[in-house]
Amino acid sequence: MSGANDPYDPKEVAALAPEALQSAVEKAREEFASAADLDALAAVKPAHLGDRSPVLSARREIGALPPAAKADAGKRVNEAREQIQAAFDERREQLQAERDSRVLREEAVDVTLPWDRVPRGARHPVTTLCERVADVFVGMGYEVAEGPELEAEWFNFDALNHAKHHPARTMQDTFYVGSESSGLVLRTHTSPVQVRALLEREFPVYVVVPGRTFRTDELDATHTPVFHQVEGLAVDKGLTMAHLRGTLDAFARAMFGEDSSTRFRPHFFPFTEPSAEVDVWFPEKKGGPGWVEWGGCGMVNPNVLRACGVDTDVYSGFAFGMGIERTLMFRNGLPDMRDMVEGDVRFTLPFGTEA
Amino acid sequence: MRIPVSWLAEHLELPEEEATAERFVDALVRVGIEVEGVHELGEVTGPLVIGRVAEMEELTQAKKPMRYCRVEISDDDETRGIVCGATNFVEGDLVVVALPGAVLPGGFEIGARRTYGKNSQGMICSARELELGDDHTGIMVLPSGTAEAGDDAIEVLGLNDTVLDVAPTPDRGYCLSVRGLARELACALDVPFADPAVFDVPEAEGEAWPVRVDDPEGCPRFVVRRVSGLDAGAPTPWWMRRRLLLAGMRSISLAVDVTNYVMLELGHPLHAFDVSALHDGLVIRRAKKDETLTTLDGVQRTLDPDDVIICDDSGPISLAGTMGGASTEINEESTDILLEAAHWDPPSISRTARRHHLFSEAAKRFERFVDPALPAAALEFAARLLRQYGDGNIHPGRTDIGEVPEQPAVTMRIDLPDRVAGIYYARGVTARRLNQVGCRLQVATGESGVAEVTATAPSWRNDLLQPADLVEEVLRLEGYDTIPSTLPPTAPGSGLNAAQRRRRTVSRALAEAGYVEVLPFPFVGDTVWDAFGLPGDDARRHTVRVLNPIESERDKLATMLLPGMLDALQRNVSRGLRDVALFHIGQVVLAGEELADAPDLGTAARPSDEDLETLMAAVPEQPVHVAAVLAGNRQRSGWWGKGEPAGWADAVQAARAVASASGIELTVRAAEMMPWHPGRCAELLVGERSVGFAGELHPTTVEALGLPKRTCAMELDLDAVPLRDGYAKPEVSAYPPVLQDVALVVNADVPAADVAEVLRSGAGELLESVALFDVYTGDQVAEGKRSLAFSLRFRAPDRTLTEHEATEARDAAVAAATEKFGAKLRG
Repeated sequence: MSGANDPYDPKEVAALAPEALQSAVEKAREEFASAADLDALAAVKPAHLGDRSPVLSARREIGALPPAAKADAGKRVNEAREQIQAAFDERREQLQAERDSRVLREEAVDVTLPWDRVPRGARHPVTTLCERVADVFVGMGYEVAEGPELEAEWFNFDALNHAKHHPARTMQDTFYVGSESSGLVLRTHTSPVQVRALLEREFPVYVVVPGRTFRTDELDATHTPVFHQVEGLAVDKGLTMAHLRGTLDAFARAMFGEDSSTRFRPHFFPFTEPSAEVDVWFPEKKGGPGWVEWGGCGMVNPNVLRACGVDTDVYSGFAFGMGIERTLMFRNGLPDMRDMVEGDVRFTLPFGTEA
Repeated sequence: MRIPVSWLAEHLELPEEEATAERFVDALVRVGIEVEGVHELGEVTGPLVIGRVAEMEELTQAKKPMRYCRVEISDDDETRGIVCGATNFVEGDLVVVALPGAVLPGGFEIGARRTYGKNSQGMICSARELELGDDHTGIMVLPSGTAEAGDDAIEVLGLNDTVLDVAPTPDRGYCLSVRGLARELACALDVPFADPAVFDVPEAEGEAWPVRVDDPEGCPRFVVRRVSGLDAGAPTPWWMRRRLLLAGMRSISLAVDVTNYVMLELGHPLHAFDVSALHDGLVIRRAKKDETLTTLDGVQRTLDPDDVIICDDSGPISLAGTMGGASTEINEESTDILLEAAHWDPPSISRTARRHHLFSEAAKRFERFVDPALPAAALEFAARLLRQYGDGNIHPGRTDIGEVPEQPAVTMRIDLPDRVAGIYYARGVTARRLNQVGCRLQVATGESGVAEVTATAPSWRNDLLQPADLVEEVLRLEGYDTIPSTLPPTAPGSGLNAAQRRRRTVSRALAEAGYVEVLPFPFVGDTVWDAFGLPGDDARRHTVRVLNPIESERDKLATMLLPGMLDALQRNVSRGLRDVALFHIGQVVLAGEELADAPDLGTAARPSDEDLETLMAAVPEQPVHVAAVLAGNRQRSGWWGKGEPAGWADAVQAARAVASASGIELTVRAAEMMPWHPGRCAELLVGERSVGFAGELHPTTVEALGLPKRTCAMELDLDAVPLRDGYAKPEVSAYPPVLQDVALVVNADVPAADVAEVLRSGAGELLESVALFDVYTGDQVAEGKRSLAFSLRFRAPDRTLTEHEATEARDAAVAAATEKFGAKLRG
């Protein structure tokens, strides 16, 4: 092959002859036309439009021509190249149109066919509801506190102002463990974590405590010996029962919509004084909007604060708690608590991964 | 406790039309008395009249006892014939007759009918048929003189009434009485209250009976009175029987009914001894070991040295405050009785009731608290009722031993209720409300110049011990609905901590990978460890025992999550599900060999740091584990072809997913650990620390637990998997990579992970990644060998890497593998 610096040799420039170029154009047209599809067209393209194609090779020979012939030859080569390019573009358009109208249709599949080779699993609604509640309070500035399920009686009862032989303590249906003298129980509520938080954290304390709890109830449609609670505790300067109401109203709205709110009924809990039971207004209640029993709350009993070494002249606080399974039952209209504990995947799968 | 509205209204100054059940229920709930049920007495329409049984004839042709009665239902001589199946009445008795046309509760229509060959013109009613009580052992017989034949029975029986089922909280023992509930209503409705316990109790003239109290702690006060000459057959008046019936109690005899009635009205349980059965003086003391007592229910009980008992010369005759003894029980012939009212130590009663599973009406009240000022008045009330209705002779003597001190006074700033509620109450509200509940008050100016109130609780309240208790009284009586709703100042939170975020990520990662979360109970039996094939000295057998388990064969707290999860897996499979993958994240209890007793620290002040440390150390370690189990197909079969069975590798991959959610990588090595298949068990390590195992379960375990074949499982100590240290800092090179493949022949028992690791370290920094893409054993390699094919990707951070440089690095990697494992490059 000749380069631009090769000495002049008129025999070598046959490629620039009009016949040669015309023949290259025709050959290209022929081959493009016979390409059956876009892949075939792409395959023959370099032979006619690539660096080594006859026309482009010919162009490189122009330099070897005497100056007078150069312009003429250049014009011929460009014309040839443009004709080939036009032929290529035309054929490509034809083939694309054909692909769009026929080939892609022929490639059609049944898109309704399932492809769940490894279907997605699910998280338990009790877990996701605990997280949802925690998130509401984290949004209000609370932190999530946790603690052991097998707990010292001192944390579960004594420090929470549960007198040793008071019916309030014995009525809790406690699982005792170890030995008579072990001083250990399966926690009957998440409240022992409140005591740990008061002992360990810096003030003010705003914590939300989701967790598993235990009472000696036989498993039936509305009871389970192992269940979950979420509790909240706030201890700060100047906290009032009005703040407790405000907090629970905000919680209710976050959980059940703007129309929700709470109602307090006086009650008794050893660890709060005054104490209240909380009803929540549930707009989607079965049979029409109405109040649903939701949980308990109150101002932290000064005896609890004292047992934790908190100065009751400076700090006061409130606490509240509710059952997760119960909330799930009324919120989702679930009839049987056993479904939540048996682990049948048909119960859990519809919940997906979020509350 | 069940109480009719009319009984409560009797002690309130309230117009009759305002004493409605609805109003009472609202008021009680508002001040904190839970109302569990509202039972309107069944509606009766049509003729319900009082009748007198004039004659009766036994119908012998019937298979069961059946009587044909002639009943007078008006003062003329005409009688009605009625067939009746009850036998608890005689001629002359007053009964309740539903005449044809009457409709009884439940829409039960009464008509005339022919039965047993007689025309029966109506029905003689039982208490249950009229919804007055549960008693269906016979018809209702009214005491003579209660009414006349022909009287409207709806009126006589008081059927226009509503029974409230109330459940006072355990701190309010005084509310287990009409006296207490009516007082609460008076406070709630702001109406005057007439205290039924106010009696003119006469001075005692001498002792009623010799008594010695050896245990003043268990029995701070003991009072007895004697009533003799009682008409043993005297009937209980209808009004009293009715109230007992509506309260859910059966009428037994006048003396027993009177003690029950006084208990319901005043809240003070009484006990009646038959004097003829007493052997000399009474002694109150703790029981001796192995002493026995047969209680009223006929059960012989072995007493505990902690039980407080009443004895006479014959030994124990009553389990104090809980249940009387059979030997001194009054019966249908008792005419001389000793009435006892005592104040018992609530914790003692609580322990005794639980120890003997005797939750009597008396124990329920005594274990809460019974007004210690009440015994003399309660006895006076009972004695007068016995005199009035049983012709009893009240002896002038009264034995009254011991004294219960007044509750200590509590002082607080008078505006404390306002400060707790977050509201300004009107002037005088605090004093008025405390007064209303019975406190004696003194108001003075305290040191800081703020008014202070000093309240002495009334004798029936043992729950007003600190300012917060007084605050609650004010707030609940003013109404919680008057407290505003305001948000507190924002708390300074820092969001979820790293471990909490990680747990959520792990949970989501497993769910997205196809696992379904389950929340099994932590209770297991020891047999599961046998099924797991754990050696006798395996630490996982060190379980903590539950002393009162729900199921006796599952009385231990699991040291692993797997037993509960395998139960759940098995349950799913037994319900026809084949492809099951489950996970659980939860605490396990690792007790170690021995459990230290947790100390009892007291609550007067914060325990010392040392004591708290001891206490916390006594609580066993409870790390959070994560576990997954799977059986059946991991990849489902479908129209695309056959599925892929779940295998050991899926279990290991689940563990890797947990690690990757933590931002770290696990090291995996072969291990033998029950309950896993010894050849298909991976030990999972973080550095050199073992954090769990994964793989296929041992066939023995699978068989023992009835699991699907080749069930796989993994369990990790999530707390032991560290969180990513610091921040991720990836450096991405934009230069092109050089790819090189190597196939290495090594001994078949050399773990692939180890070969990959040695390649990685041998290749140096230019190696970007190493991926195993083929494992081959067969004709092409020698016996006992296998070929592992790795794809190596090299790249430089700062330049285009040459083939030559990449080859050098690859050769170094292969050399390292050859040196460590004798690996040979496969041709």
